Amino acid sequence: MTEAALSSVARSTAKIDSREKALRRFEIGDRIFHIVTRSSAIAVLIVLGGVIVSLVQGSMPALSKFGFGFLTSDAWNPVTEKFGAAPAIYGTLVTSFIALLIAAPVGFGIAVFLTELCPYQLRRPIGVAVELLAGIPSIIYGIWGMFVFAPFLQVHVQPALIATFAHIPGLNLLFAGPPYGIGILTASLILAIMILPLISSISRDVFNTVPTVLKEAAFGIGCTRWEVMRSIVAPYTGVGLVGGVMLALGRALGETMAVTFVIGNAHKIGASILGPGTTISATIANEFTEADGAIYTSSLIALGLLLFAITFIVLAISRLLLMRLEGQGAR
Amino acid sequence: MTPLQASRKARSAIAMGFCYASAGAGLLALALILAALLWSGFSNLSPSVFTQMTPPPGSSGGGLLNPIVGSLIMTFSGVLIGAPLGLFAGTYMAEYGRNTRLTTVVRFINDVLLSAPSIVIGLFVYEITVVPMGHFSAIAGAISLALLVVPVVVRTTEDMLNLVPGTLREAATALGLPRALVIRHVAYKAARAGLITGLLLAIARVSGETAPLLFTSLNNQFWSANLNAPMASLPVVIFQFAMSPYKEWQALAWVGALLITFAVLALSITARVLGAQRTSS
Repeated sequence: MTEAALSSVARSTAKIDSREKALRRFEIGDRIFHIVTRSSAIAVLIVLGGVIVSLVQGSMPALSKFGFGFLTSDAWNPVTEKFGAAPAIYGTLVTSFIALLIAAPVGFGIAVFLTELCPYQLRRPIGVAVELLAGIPSIIYGIWGMFVFAPFLQVHVQPALIATFAHIPGLNLLFAGPPYGIGILTASLILAIMILPLISSISRDVFNTVPTVLKEAAFGIGCTRWEVMRSIVAPYTGVGLVGGVMLALGRALGETMAVTFVIGNAHKIGASILGPGTTISATIANEFTEADGAIYTSSLIALGLLLFAITFIVLAISRLLLMRLEGQGAR
Repeated sequence: MTPLQASRKARSAIAMGFCYASAGAGLLALALILAALLWSGFSNLSPSVFTQMTPPPGSSGGGLLNPIVGSLIMTFSGVLIGAPLGLFAGTYMAEYGRNTRLTTVVRFINDVLLSAPSIVIGLFVYEITVVPMGHFSAIAGAISLALLVVPVVVRTTEDMLNLVPGTLREAATALGLPRALVIRHVAYKAARAGLITGLLLAIARVSGETAPLLFTSLNNQFWSANLNAPMASLPVVIFQFAMSPYKEWQALAWVGALLITFAVLALSITARVLGAQRTSS
């Protein structure tokens, strides 16, 4: 129809010719662009497939030698070529768990502060500062942790913790001395500081999406600020908050450099969180280039596969959670 | 005031007090890190940092020229490979394939890759490049950085394009623009601030990335611009020097940390300024 309209208006075959040419060019360009974008999307899939295949392939020698025992053994002896992943898995999970336990509430707190409490003139500068800090590379946190934070903890905090909890059953095992400075707790705290800007900047963005009228309506019927946050903002933003925490957990689990500096690199599982430990990523970072022997290298790659599997599971769970929350939102 | 009101008010006050406290604590921790960085970094900063190579262990003097250049080369090539791929993939997901099964799968996979530990990416690139080539190389480093750029760019591209109102696209289509041009001239422009921010965030992320470089580009004590050979990079040098027992090396590590942080902050600030300008004009 447009064709007919155009030809009746233009009444010039030359113009129609060039128009058809242009249309054909458009069509070809369109098709090419479609194909390019589509193959890029598929390339992302191929990369993941490649990661899994290559990791599985690389870890086969170790997994076939140690079998299921690789997961449960706490041996790590390059000389006798006996390797087990248990201490590294334990360290990874514990450090991330403690980090999240600290960083999630504090991060939400900062986000609430930025969206609700902060004087208006300060909101932008502080918000920008938090966002900028979220981008600081993890190695910076690592070097600070090793040279500044760990010595501080060793001298001032850990002795106090040990003394405070010395007579409380259970907790005295968790906080058993001596104060090394570096160790599981230090690594967890560094991780918490590191993921803090991430959680708070995402939660702030998410909080900002809440329509003002919703909050005003709640304030209007006499809700306190806490009640507004809890009953209006939190349910409205649940999906985004979980997304932010999920991102932070993923980062904490796989974080390498910040942890490698301060974890202590000891292949053992101790009850005390003040003692040194190791994580999967720290083990790989420390030992991969020095690993000699096929089994040693393969064991480290198997650790990498495990780390990948753990992050994958965490992510899958959070996705399911997200889907359920989305479902609730729709109802 | 009834007891109920009082308790509600008290509860609110406690919760808000916690928010104030956490903001204070968070900002304090981050300020302490920056202070230590500035303090230890600036006190060791000298012109020779930019003109001399990394020193041998235990000797004073020397600089960070080779790792600085190495970082620039590898980051640049990594972004050059990764950013277009990510942009196109994100475009497909938001424009052509919205709600298709492929998009759902790619989005999920991309989320996995986004939070996939960078060290695992390093292992993967080690397996596919270093092992067949038989040696460590800057190319391998650049590829691993590219693989870290892709998911960030895919995610932001898709998110930003999804935020572009459909009416804009409909208006452009009604004027007779073909799909590819609608995307390139209307959707990209509407989402430009977000796209640039995403790209710069991706650059900022990889410029400080250490773990995947440890066993792809390795390290190089000497000057090298050869992409097919091991190349020094700031993060890896920082790692090596900071963990060493030599005071001179540790001092250089702090300087390197300061440089990286400055670069990342400058990048992020540029991103924000650029983004703000383009949206307002």
